[in-house]
Amino acid sequence: MTSAAPAAAPAHGHHGPAHLQHHFETSEQQFDASKLGLWVFLLTEVLFFSALFVAYTTYRSLHPEVFAYASNFLDTKWGAINTTVLLVSSFTVAWAVRNAQLGQRKLLIMNLAITLLCAGGFMGIKYVEYSHKYHEGLLWGGAAHSIFKYEDNYIRDSVKAHSHAWNEGSPHNPAVAAVKDLTKEQRKEVSIFFAIYFCLTGLHGIHVMVGMILLTWILIRAARGEFTPQFYTPVDLGALYWHLVDLIWIFLFPLLYLIQ
Amino acid sequence: MSHHDHPQGQHDKHEKHGHHAGHGAAPHVLSLRLLGTVLLVLLALTGLTVYTGKRDLHGLDLGIAMIIATCKATLVCLIFMHLKWDRRFNAMIFLFAVMLLGLFLAFTTLDLGQYQPNVAAYRAAQP
Repeated sequence: MTSAAPAAAPAHGHHGPAHLQHHFETSEQQFDASKLGLWVFLLTEVLFFSALFVAYTTYRSLHPEVFAYASNFLDTKWGAINTTVLLVSSFTVAWAVRNAQLGQRKLLIMNLAITLLCAGGFMGIKYVEYSHKYHEGLLWGGAAHSIFKYEDNYIRDSVKAHSHAWNEGSPHNPAVAAVKDLTKEQRKEVSIFFAIYFCLTGLHGIHVMVGMILLTWILIRAARGEFTPQFYTPVDLGALYWHLVDLIWIFLFPLLYLIQ
Repeated sequence: MSHHDHPQGQHDKHEKHGHHAGHGAAPHVLSLRLLGTVLLVLLALTGLTVYTGKRDLHGLDLGIAMIIATCKATLVCLIFMHLKWDRRFNAMIFLFAVMLLGLFLAFTTLDLGQYQPNVAAYRAAQP
C-alpha cells in the first residue's frame, strides 16, 4: 500500500505522495474509494446479522413468555458494564481518528491502545458470562452439558454425572433448581432462547476479536509513524468497523438482557 | 459550538467543504468537545434503558427499548461514524442496509402466524 511510488519521487511531484497508488488520480479519490468499499462491506455485515435478528424476532413473537423467563438467567449488570465499555471504546477510536487527522502521534497510539484494552475487557467479561453459563448448563439443547435436555430424567442424570459442580438444589447451581419444574416442552423452548443468545453474542464476539486484530495492526503502523494528516485511511476505516461492532451491541443489550 | 477545526499550517484555508475540495483538501476533524458530549449522551441513554428495562411498562418495554437503541445508533452513525459530514452516497448505502433489514423483518413477521395452526395440530398429534 505504501510502496507504490518510487522512494525518490518528490512528495507532490508527478508520481504523487508515497501512499497514493498509481490507479488513483488524487489521495482524496483513493480515500473516498476505500471508504465507499468499507461502507458496502458494512452493508453486508448488517445483512449477515439480520438473519439472526430475524430468528430472534420470529421466536420472540411466538414465545414472548419464554424470552421473559429465560432473560432472567442473564446478568443485566454485566451486560450494562459491557455496553459502557464498548461505548467508551467507540469514543476513543473516534478520538483516534481525530488524532490521526491532526498528526498527533502519541495521542493516536494512546487512544488506539485504550480502544484495544476496552475490547479485551469486553471479551473478558464475555468469558466470565459464558463460563458461568457453561458451568450452570445454561446452553442450547444440543450441548452435552445443557440442563435443557429434552429427556425427562436428564437433569437428575446430569447432576449425578457432574456432581462436583451440579448439586441439585444446592446454592452452587440455582439454575438447576429453577428449571427442574419445567415440562419437557418448556425446557425445549427455553433451550432455543439460549441457542439464539449464543449465536448472536458469539457472532458479535467474533467481530470483536477481528476488530482487535485490526486495531493491533493499525496500532503497530501508527507506532511506526506511517500515518499522517494526508494519509490515515486505515485508522478511519478501522474505526468505522469498530463503530459497527458497537452499533450491533447497542441493539443486542436491550434485546437479550432487558426483557420484562 | 464549533464542530470542526482544521490542522493548522498543513493546508490552505480556502477549502470550506472539507474533503470535497480538490487535491490536498483538509480532512473534516470533529472537536473533542462534540465527541465527549456524544459519549456522555450515549452513556445516559444506556442508563435510561436499564432503568426502563427494570420497570413494568405494560407491553411498551420493547418499543421503548428499541426507540432508545435507535437514538443511540443514530448518534453513533451520524457523529462517530461521521455520516453527517461524509459523502451522501455512503449514508445512502447504510440506509439501504437498514431498509433491507426492515424488509427482511417485515416479511418474516407477516408470515409468522400463517403456519401456527399446523404446528399446534402437529404437536397435539404427538404422543
